[in-house]
Amino acid sequence: MIGLRGKKGRQKFTSVFLTIILAVGAIIVLLPILWMLSTSLKDQGQVFIMPPKWIPNPIRWSNYPEALNFMNWRVVYRNTIVITILSILGTLISSTLVAFAFARLRAPRKDLLFLIMLSTIMLPYQVVLIPQFILFKTIGWVDTFYPLTAPFFFATTPFLIFLLRQFFMTIPIEMDEAAIIDGCSYLQVYYKIILPLSKPALGIVSIQSFMNNWNDLMRPLIFLNSASKYTVSLALANFSAEYGMTPWNLLMAASLIALLPCILLFFFAQRYFIQGIVITGLKG
Amino acid sequence: MGSKRSKLVARETRAFYLFLSPWIIGMILFTGGPLIASLGLSFTSYDIVKPPIFVGFSNYKEIFSDKIFIQSLKVTLKYVLGAVPLNVLGALVLATFLNQKVYGLSVWRTIYYLPVVTTGVAVSLLWSWVLNPDFGIVNSILWKFFGIRGPEWFYSERWAIPSFILMSVWGVGGPMLIYLGGMQGIPTELYEAAEIDGASWWQSYIHITIPLISPVIFYNTVTTMIGTFQVFIPAFIITQGGPNYASYFYVLNLYKHAFQYYHMGYASALAWILFLIVLLLTILAFRISNYWIYYEIRR
Repeated sequence: MIGLRGKKGRQKFTSVFLTIILAVGAIIVLLPILWMLSTSLKDQGQVFIMPPKWIPNPIRWSNYPEALNFMNWRVVYRNTIVITILSILGTLISSTLVAFAFARLRAPRKDLLFLIMLSTIMLPYQVVLIPQFILFKTIGWVDTFYPLTAPFFFATTPFLIFLLRQFFMTIPIEMDEAAIIDGCSYLQVYYKIILPLSKPALGIVSIQSFMNNWNDLMRPLIFLNSASKYTVSLALANFSAEYGMTPWNLLMAASLIALLPCILLFFFAQRYFIQGIVITGLKG
Repeated sequence: MGSKRSKLVARETRAFYLFLSPWIIGMILFTGGPLIASLGLSFTSYDIVKPPIFVGFSNYKEIFSDKIFIQSLKVTLKYVLGAVPLNVLGALVLATFLNQKVYGLSVWRTIYYLPVVTTGVAVSLLWSWVLNPDFGIVNSILWKFFGIRGPEWFYSERWAIPSFILMSVWGVGGPMLIYLGGMQGIPTELYEAAEIDGASWWQSYIHITIPLISPVIFYNTVTTMIGTFQVFIPAFIITQGGPNYASYFYVLNLYKHAFQYYHMGYASALAWILFLIVLLLTILAFRISNYWIYYEIRR
């Protein structure tokens, strides 16, 4: 009995000890974000007080409207939202079609094509960037949203195709066969059976696609020139240069607002972030 | 009967290629086509305005004698060699802690993963402020609690790369979550059996947990390596490659040649060298993986 209690006691001690370590780590992880929030509510003078105060006095809420107006938020947020929505839509449509082919249909040379698709996951984007730029410049698409959105309608996200294919594979193939015998076309199998059963996977793909496009800098930097086409990332990148100095309080306010959709999405759709890992079969 | 069957097969094949057609077009226009085109361009001198001129291997020759290229490669390797082990091992330790009986698992998991969803320009600006030598919070804490005068971080040739590495460790929650998924997939019977046989916690960890998640360790190593090799946004936003080229990362060099100096041929050669490096690292990782990864089903 005593031995058992000793063991239990030791286990409890370990739990408490590990929890304390994790809590300290968590505080360190959160520190930069809290610092960001704190700075975003200070006035210029308070920003440069040493040692810094965590709670600003007075709290300057007006930094937020000031920063947003300075970066022309109506235009840049509208642009970013349009680009992101179109990209998600394109990714959802094209990658489900392709994943359906790889997961549910048989054809000669399928394995070879699948291997080619998989190998492009490793392809660094910079390798295809220059020819893409030349192509878009030739057809007059530079400084439009097309270079940032059109490629997604052509299944250019191999990792997400792979993820969807893995998910589709878990649906019993007998369902397709029964539907085909009943006279359904493959297209009907795709949108009447496979898509409705794949909502979690579609959620993951939408979220991944959102994150990739909302935060991207390189493609907007290269393909967009005029201020009326700027995305949030571009506006943030140019903030200091246009202000003439680095207004840390305004910059932190603008950055926090830019991150907010990602943070909110994460809190409300946490299980989709976690499930993505399970589906791709990355388990022990 | 036979002809009906072959008709069905033909129908399925036709459907397969129809469903696949977006990918085939995308491959030609946006992925495979450009990959080959950039190889072709890498043997030319091209400034977008005038048509490309064939120059043979001279771009490649020039690259390997270019001091700035060598510097960018050095800087990038230094960053990769620092960031990959710290992230891969740090994440493993964190996931191991989280996988024990701890209080508030989901709270910690959420907090550690939070930096992963916050990326891009905003985060680079944030870190540039956090590590500000004079008014940043890190140096202020170092001074207040430890009496240490903190380094100049991004402004110092010596500390620039460590600063970027530190910033990358903030995203340790990404690989951590993947490990945790792997660890939670291990059947508990294995641990129970080991405990009956008198194995200590450490013994079960080394002989059960590590072998069973070794494919995940491998996956995290490869993806982190490829990701860190292509770092761009932080360098572009925070240092622009400085001070004195101390953070002149590979992709930054590529970007400047392509889109600031319009050396499209030269930049294409840079892109192809990057491609070959990534390919080589991946193949190497797969080769090595045969020796230390445990697969449940032996191939």
